Amino acid sequence: MDWQWLIGRLDLSYLPHEPVTMGAAIGMPLTLVAIAAALTYFKKWGYLWREWITTVDAKRIGIMYGSVAIIMLMRGVFDALMIRSQTALGGPGGSQLFSTDTYQQVFTSHGVIMIFFVAMGLMFALFNIAVPLMIGTRDVAFPFLNAVSFWLFFAGMILVNGSLIFGGFSIGGWLGYPPLTELQYSPGPGVDYWIWSLQIAGIGSLLSGINFFVTILKHRAPGMTFMRMPIFVWSVLVTTVLIMIAFPMLTASLALLSLDRLMGMHFFTSMGGGNPMMYINLIWAWGHPEVYILVMPAFGIFSEIVATFSRKRLFGYKTMVIALVAIMFFSFIVWQHHFFTMGAGADVNAFFGIMTMIIAIPTGVKLFNWLFTMYRGRITFASPMVWFMCFAVTFTIGGVTGVLMAVPAIDFQVHNTLFLVAHFHNVIIGGVVFGYLAAITYWFPKMFGFRLHEGFGKAAAYFWQVGFLLAFMPLYALGLMGAVRRLDNYSDPAWIPFFIVSAVGVVFVGAGIACQVLQIAYSVWKRKELHVTGDPWGGRTLEWSVPSPAPFYNYAIIPKVNRVDEWWYQKEEGVKAPKDSEYKDIVMPKNTSFGFIIGMTAFVLSGALIWHIWWLVILTFIAVVAMIIMRTMDDFTEYTIPAAEVMKMDKEARA
Amino acid sequence: MLVACTIVALVILGYLLTRGAHFDVLQPAGQVAKSQKSLLIFAFGIMMLVVIPVFIMLILFAWKYRAGNDKKVDYRPEWSEHKLLEAVWWGIPILIILVLGITAWVTAHTLDPYRKIDSKAAPVNVQVVALEWKWLFIYPDLGVASVNELPVPVNTPIHFTISADAPMSAFWVPALGSQIYAMNGMSSQLNLIADRTGTFPGYNTNINGEGYAKMKFNVYAKSDKDFSSWIASARKSPNMMDEQMLQKISKPGTMSETAYMLMDNGLYDKVVMKYMKGTMSDKDSTGTSTQHDMSNMEGM
Amino acid sequence: MSKALEMIAKRDKAQLGFWLYLMTDCMLFTSLFATYMILRNSTNGGAGGSELFSMGFVLIETLILLTSSYVCGLANLAIHNGRKKEFVMYLGATIALGIAFLTMELTEFGKLIAEGNGPQASAFLSAFFTLVGTHGLHITIGLVWAAVLIWALYRQGRQEDILRKFGLFAVFWHFLDIVWIFIFTIVYVMGVK
Repeated sequence: MDWQWLIGRLDLSYLPHEPVTMGAAIGMPLTLVAIAAALTYFKKWGYLWREWITTVDAKRIGIMYGSVAIIMLMRGVFDALMIRSQTALGGPGGSQLFSTDTYQQVFTSHGVIMIFFVAMGLMFALFNIAVPLMIGTRDVAFPFLNAVSFWLFFAGMILVNGSLIFGGFSIGGWLGYPPLTELQYSPGPGVDYWIWSLQIAGIGSLLSGINFFVTILKHRAPGMTFMRMPIFVWSVLVTTVLIMIAFPMLTASLALLSLDRLMGMHFFTSMGGGNPMMYINLIWAWGHPEVYILVMPAFGIFSEIVATFSRKRLFGYKTMVIALVAIMFFSFIVWQHHFFTMGAGADVNAFFGIMTMIIAIPTGVKLFNWLFTMYRGRITFASPMVWFMCFAVTFTIGGVTGVLMAVPAIDFQVHNTLFLVAHFHNVIIGGVVFGYLAAITYWFPKMFGFRLHEGFGKAAAYFWQVGFLLAFMPLYALGLMGAVRRLDNYSDPAWIPFFIVSAVGVVFVGAGIACQVLQIAYSVWKRKELHVTGDPWGGRTLEWSVPSPAPFYNYAIIPKVNRVDEWWYQKEEGVKAPKDSEYKDIVMPKNTSFGFIIGMTAFVLSGALIWHIWWLVILTFIAVVAMIIMRTMDDFTEYTIPAAEVMKMDKEARA
Repeated sequence: MLVACTIVALVILGYLLTRGAHFDVLQPAGQVAKSQKSLLIFAFGIMMLVVIPVFIMLILFAWKYRAGNDKKVDYRPEWSEHKLLEAVWWGIPILIILVLGITAWVTAHTLDPYRKIDSKAAPVNVQVVALEWKWLFIYPDLGVASVNELPVPVNTPIHFTISADAPMSAFWVPALGSQIYAMNGMSSQLNLIADRTGTFPGYNTNINGEGYAKMKFNVYAKSDKDFSSWIASARKSPNMMDEQMLQKISKPGTMSETAYMLMDNGLYDKVVMKYMKGTMSDKDSTGTSTQHDMSNMEGM
Repeated sequence: MSKALEMIAKRDKAQLGFWLYLMTDCMLFTSLFATYMILRNSTNGGAGGSELFSMGFVLIETLILLTSSYVCGLANLAIHNGRKKEFVMYLGATIALGIAFLTMELTEFGKLIAEGNGPQASAFLSAFFTLVGTHGLHITIGLVWAAVLIWALYRQGRQEDILRKFGLFAVFWHFLDIVWIFIFTIVYVMGVK
């Protein structure tokens, strides 16, 4: 009897064969087993289920996003180390540390992990941790949807890492251009892993975009008009608009490619009339807004940090808002600059190039506004402010090379070279990573009740900054020497010293991350000494008015807002303790396991699609639909805390 | 102190590294690349007008307004608006972008890969086919073909028409100028010229599979005499480039430089037609001209 | 906050959230329309719209879908006036018309596939089947949703809840109608020329 239909195209030959991938395939499950053993020994399964896996509390969800992102950062930097070790040794007379096939999988997964699981993960971590608190509310508009978004993100993460154990990953780069990613040139499961991990995580992102947009519109504290919101909240608002418009285009691109691969259609194939250029347009119409999605919250964070640590009002609030909206608008009409060299003609190229350059104007304005917030301030260089200084230098350099490449005729000479690779790492590390790392240090005390150790924090910033320069400035030079991207070997010996310096840079970045891991471990150990009040930095915005760690209901009494930086001015006027009569009943959403189960079912569904196990596809699809219907029929998703209990908890927390 | 030492160390390292290096893009051998280099320097220089003052202000403000210094300077926590300053830092960037924008527009046209190069010399036509993982060069008017070696006469415009039978690739000779994508079923165009004799490396800039890194070729800019003698020896080569040989070399794998006698002038069109068929309806499946430039193709 | 105000706030949020979701769905359809328009002439030497589309057939499909929207509007009036039996009748009619539409569409697809003009035959057909098929998939989801609404009503669901949920369904159903008008125009009318 033919039982092949039961397991699709699963086959033992898909197990890894190379030392490094075999090591990962053994190491990852072993680590999971060790964690499970520890959980069992310390009897923490119940705690994990009740407090984390079934939670709908945005703060907890944010911490989970952040934890996954940081672990994925370590994997991503390890990928980078592998890449740079190979290139340092890949010159003439050198050796091939990894097979080309593995190398191509590594740089593909490096890009995917860094963008989708580190950057997006940290971004959603910060949205969840900071936005509800900053607008004076208890949770997001749709807490259940929030949980679903996280578990879909988690499912995507398992897919990327699971591919290491079984099947291998795509070799087509993080955006997977056809026809390379079509069946004709990539028949194996790697590209399918890539498609579905992005697709599932992407749906989670889209739902979060809607969630936070509605939250900001509908959940602001009374009196908080749009022009009294913290600038970080503005940056989130603008980002969610970008997410809602851009992500459906990613969904469409990936869906059409998967139809080509699963059902033999001809959207982007070479035969049958397909048009790979259509894919490139669609995916970059998403891809460009995506990088602004990542960087704008970082801009918002630095607005908060510079004002707070300069103990001064942010310069030009209105202009900052206008700049954010302008950047948002322009980020939709520049996508073609990612393929000036595809031959669209001078008029089209010039139009998109000019639109791209225009974005530099509002971005520059923001930088000036930050500088003049520092002007006549009283600046303390705690680590968030150190990160800002690193950002200001690094991101500016990246911006310069960006405007250079926006000139189509220049781009013709640097496109797809290491010059390009240096540019985008320049802006992403300088802008996104430095911003999000600063934010973690800034808001960590609010979540956990103690500060992170400053010494380790500053050391980390130093290693990251030096590491970045060592790792990427040589790449600008290499690009101008003719070195293209994604090479694992080359024949010009003059390139070797540059690649070696770059490899040293990655080691420095690794040292920076080691400092951060040590920082967390040490701070947890010394948390009694590092214990803080609700307002460790002398903050300006509402979140610093609640105790640290923030109670699960955020605000015992919803605050009233009269101006920007409400908390700062309340402190100046004298904070009044609340009257007993002000406490009211609070309605909170109940925990639920459905978020987790839907996420895990989506994971199984993806696996079934990748391995062509059709009966499982149908089963899991019906299961997801059924669970959604069941959830909508659930009338009892909330519970009430009586006012007296709220008052008791609040008084204890403030004691 | 640590920061200052680090900066000095990095600058020294940068100098040592770049001292002996050769930068194809910055030491161009052709008119197109020369124009692109000037453009790069101009754009970079104009941006420094803003960037350098910004860096100075950053260090200055960080130092002057640090908390330890507050007895010597003014602390004005509410000061957050200044119309004149804002006018300056909106105005100057707008002016700079205006200049750069006009430059970008003009050079997008003058340095358009499709634009023919002004020269007294008659252009040499080369048809390029990106294969897995090698480059096929066909000289249709000269009766020769070659793989991975691209001899050209110096001071003569070379007019490339480029296609592929491979995942999306890109043709690039940094010393001579612009790159452009090579795509199945499409025909792109590029015009370059070498100003001096020499050997200039060429690369594929778009990942197209396992042999991607080995997909290198060399441009040999020769005097007219040397170029003619290469043509002559290729015509006498025992290697024949016809449809059969094309099938053979289209199989995935790398190759070393080889010259051929060209037996079939229509090979390039056959490669393009192989994939272009699918984009046509049954009404226009016959009779296509040999010059297919991008304006005929469905574009964005 | 009083119970009534809470319900209004909840409905407000749900409406805003759902409208935003519809805008993202709009972006998805826009991507599919753009792809269709680029690929519409890539028939791989095979048949194009003028050979394959039957305007009479499509006209009937359109009338069925438009009628179902009208009937859905009648259901909306009914539930707002508390007339439950009438509501179920009209919503049932909406579902029936939706099923009729889907049946016609599936018949059209089946015929094309049997003739060798399935989505694997050319880029044009891939784009056609995917664009029209995605719309059909949304219609299917709508029909399941409407059926669940009727079931929820019989489970003694709260009036305000049903009002809110049906309100969202009605917007969804009308949205699909609008998408169909675009498909009718861009795919069929322009394709037959």
